Amino acid sequence: MTRHLLSIDDLGADGIAEVLEVTDSFAEVARRAIPKVPTLRGKTVATLFFEDSTRTRISFETAAKRMSADVLSFAAGASSLKKGESLRDTIETIEAMGIDAVVIRHPSSGVALQATRWLTGPVVVNAGDGWHAHPTQALLDLYTVRELLGGDSRCFEGLRIAIVGDIRHSRVARSQVAAYTAMGAKVTLVGPATLLPPSVEGWGVESVTSVIDDVLPAADVVSLLRIQAERGSGAFLPSLREYTSEFGLTMERARCLPSTSIVLHPGPMVRGVEISSDAAELPQVHVTRQVANGVAVRMAVLFLLLGVPGSAGVPGSADSGRAVSAAGAPPPGASSGPELRAGGRDGG
Amino acid sequence: MGGDPGASWHGASVTDTPVVLVRGGSLVVRDAAGRPAGLVGATGRSRRSASTSNGAPAVVRQADLLLSGGRIVQVGHDDGRGGTLDAPVGATILDASGCLVLPGLVDIHTHLRQPGDEEAETIESGARAAALGGFTAVVAMPNTDPPLDSASAVRDVLSLARGAPVDVHVAGAITVARSGERLAPMAELARLGVRLFTDDGNGVQSAGMMRRAMQYARGLGVTVAQHCEVDSLARGGAMHEGEWSSRLGLPGIPASAEEAMVARDLILAAETGARLHLLHLSTRGSIGLVRDAKRAGVPVTAEAAPHHIALTDASVATYDPLFKVNPPLRTDDDLRAVRDGVADGTVDAVATDHAPHRSETKDLPFDQAPPGMLGLETALAVVLTMMPDLPPARLIEVMSSGPASIAGIDARGGGAHGGTVEVGSAANLCIVDPEASWVVDRTRLASRSTNSPYAGHKLRGRVRHTVLHGEPVVVDGEALR
Ligand SMILES: [Zn+2]
Repeated sequence: MTRHLLSIDDLGADGIAEVLEVTDSFAEVARRAIPKVPTLRGKTVATLFFEDSTRTRISFETAAKRMSADVLSFAAGASSLKKGESLRDTIETIEAMGIDAVVIRHPSSGVALQATRWLTGPVVVNAGDGWHAHPTQALLDLYTVRELLGGDSRCFEGLRIAIVGDIRHSRVARSQVAAYTAMGAKVTLVGPATLLPPSVEGWGVESVTSVIDDVLPAADVVSLLRIQAERGSGAFLPSLREYTSEFGLTMERARCLPSTSIVLHPGPMVRGVEISSDAAELPQVHVTRQVANGVAVRMAVLFLLLGVPGSAGVPGSADSGRAVSAAGAPPPGASSGPELRAGGRDGG
Repeated sequence: MGGDPGASWHGASVTDTPVVLVRGGSLVVRDAAGRPAGLVGATGRSRRSASTSNGAPAVVRQADLLLSGGRIVQVGHDDGRGGTLDAPVGATILDASGCLVLPGLVDIHTHLRQPGDEEAETIESGARAAALGGFTAVVAMPNTDPPLDSASAVRDVLSLARGAPVDVHVAGAITVARSGERLAPMAELARLGVRLFTDDGNGVQSAGMMRRAMQYARGLGVTVAQHCEVDSLARGGAMHEGEWSSRLGLPGIPASAEEAMVARDLILAAETGARLHLLHLSTRGSIGLVRDAKRAGVPVTAEAAPHHIALTDASVATYDPLFKVNPPLRTDDDLRAVRDGVADGTVDAVATDHAPHRSETKDLPFDQAPPGMLGLETALAVVLTMMPDLPPARLIEVMSSGPASIAGIDARGGGAHGGTVEVGSAANLCIVDPEASWVVDRTRLASRSTNSPYAGHKLRGRVRHTVLHGEPVVVDGEALR
């Protein structure tokens, strides 16, 4: 396992498969009556969000708490930086607090990587940086697909993936492309030309198109991206209405999809723009499942980055008696692989 | 300009300069007859000869120089014994063995930050950095705070530059407050000796305003220098738009943002007949446009920055704001085109675009950090390292005579820079060991800022001595002022 999780490239195919396997164990925990295990007892996880994203922050914090880690939540608005404190100052205060993992979200690309240069102790988990990367979102998408297909990580081989929308400004799209292509899937990018990246050199995608109707009939997975309202202001698109008519997943388009297709959306989904309200109710749409899997995937990531070899799989006493009894045999019950490889922190 | 100190302050007083013997160095000599007699290579590679871009053959030969009264008064004869001279009693001796003795370098694109951001750089610290880099003259850019758009602002900078180890000239703003709306008092500034006008940092966006400025400048006999960047194409961009910006998720600045303005201004220069200088060209397209325009007789000169012949946009993969600069680092293909332009004469000057920034600004996210990198102390070494096959005569053209001519501070412009190393010339010299390797240490830079993209990297070619108007200002790599 990598020391930090900044982008999908840190994992590679083996790393992705490992995260997905470990996620299986934590998904099982999530289904228990009291979904808590002592795995990260004594560890402190800080969430440092320079950009509002309640959903992602809550998902990480829930993941950390379910593993009995202490959680510190910093809502570091842009205001503290405006007062003259540099990004580096803000991040370096974390160092002094004896924190084990920092989960960072920032509106600028590259900040998670910059943070690793300024921190010597904590591991860094990128919870989204600018347009660059959002690796846990991509991992939870892959986990959801794998779960729905009922296979192991080989299920992605040759799978046809359509990623639709504002690829240019999307960290989710970049991480999805990296993850799906690493696992052998065939990715097609679909969007208006103004919202496609200037270059896809090195992305490993099969094709890029602005005609969604050419893509849907053969798509195994359709991943819709959120279109921010300001994109419809005329600078990139004439209007959101025109986007919906050209790229929105309407009922008519949904009928072109194979019945086995999986439709995903990282949320929050804007009904009536990237998907119509009725299409959003179709059984192929698995947004709720994505949210549930998000916590399990983030538990797996924190476990792999922070878990102490030898102790991770051992039942211990969590901070309450109830948790101990409820935890039973904490994860990963089935696999000893993660324990062997979780020592990255000591080695690093 | 004659005896008028003009838009500069000559740091050394000519009358009390010492007698200096420059011993054992090698001169790049232009031989009109093309007689490659008695050559000794500067670097042991003997009989190194080269053509300059205008076809005149040039040779390298070893000879001592005697400097007195701010001039070169004697050059060792080409006698096959190393051209040695005897040192007069009391003369200062500079050991130039293994070195090329070049005319002092001239940088026509220096941001000295004073007035306004003295924490990043001052005229004093920037001038020291320049001297250590082998420069004997710099042209300070007008994007200070306040900007150099008035006679008083220009006078202030010139008076602060008194006693500096390089001659500090200034460029004036084209428009008031560099806002692109009203012409700055160009005639008044020209009377103070300003020869170059630019809103650098901004391009003049309005074609109408640029055309007006060129017409007015033509009447004054001064040069308009453009920072070529169409705002509507570049706005919000943080790096070159292409493969790397797409991967890294950073907003891009397309090559067209530069090239569209280059093309527009070449058309305006052809029409108005004004002398146009194009700052820091960075793309293959720009180089091609200038090459064609020169062939067509358009009165244009062009410069390129050392970082655009050394670094590409792939460096940004670290998200280290040290690699943020404007125009941005481009592709490998662009870099090769810029090098070709430097070699073939399309590019007239290598100019540093030395842009100091306080360290905390480089601790910002990449997209929020200000663009710019240091250049004065590394420029010559970067050129020698990245273009080792550049003939010495061409090196002199792009780093001394070319920029001096553009800035109007060569002999033709009434100045003392960019001349040849021969008897009677002003003793402005850059004495460089072209084979000496060194590692750039950001803690040892003379600049007040440390934003060098070369920090920790090994470069080849080290300035040993710099002589300003006959007086050594850098000796054995140490600044004396
Ligand atoms: Zn500029």
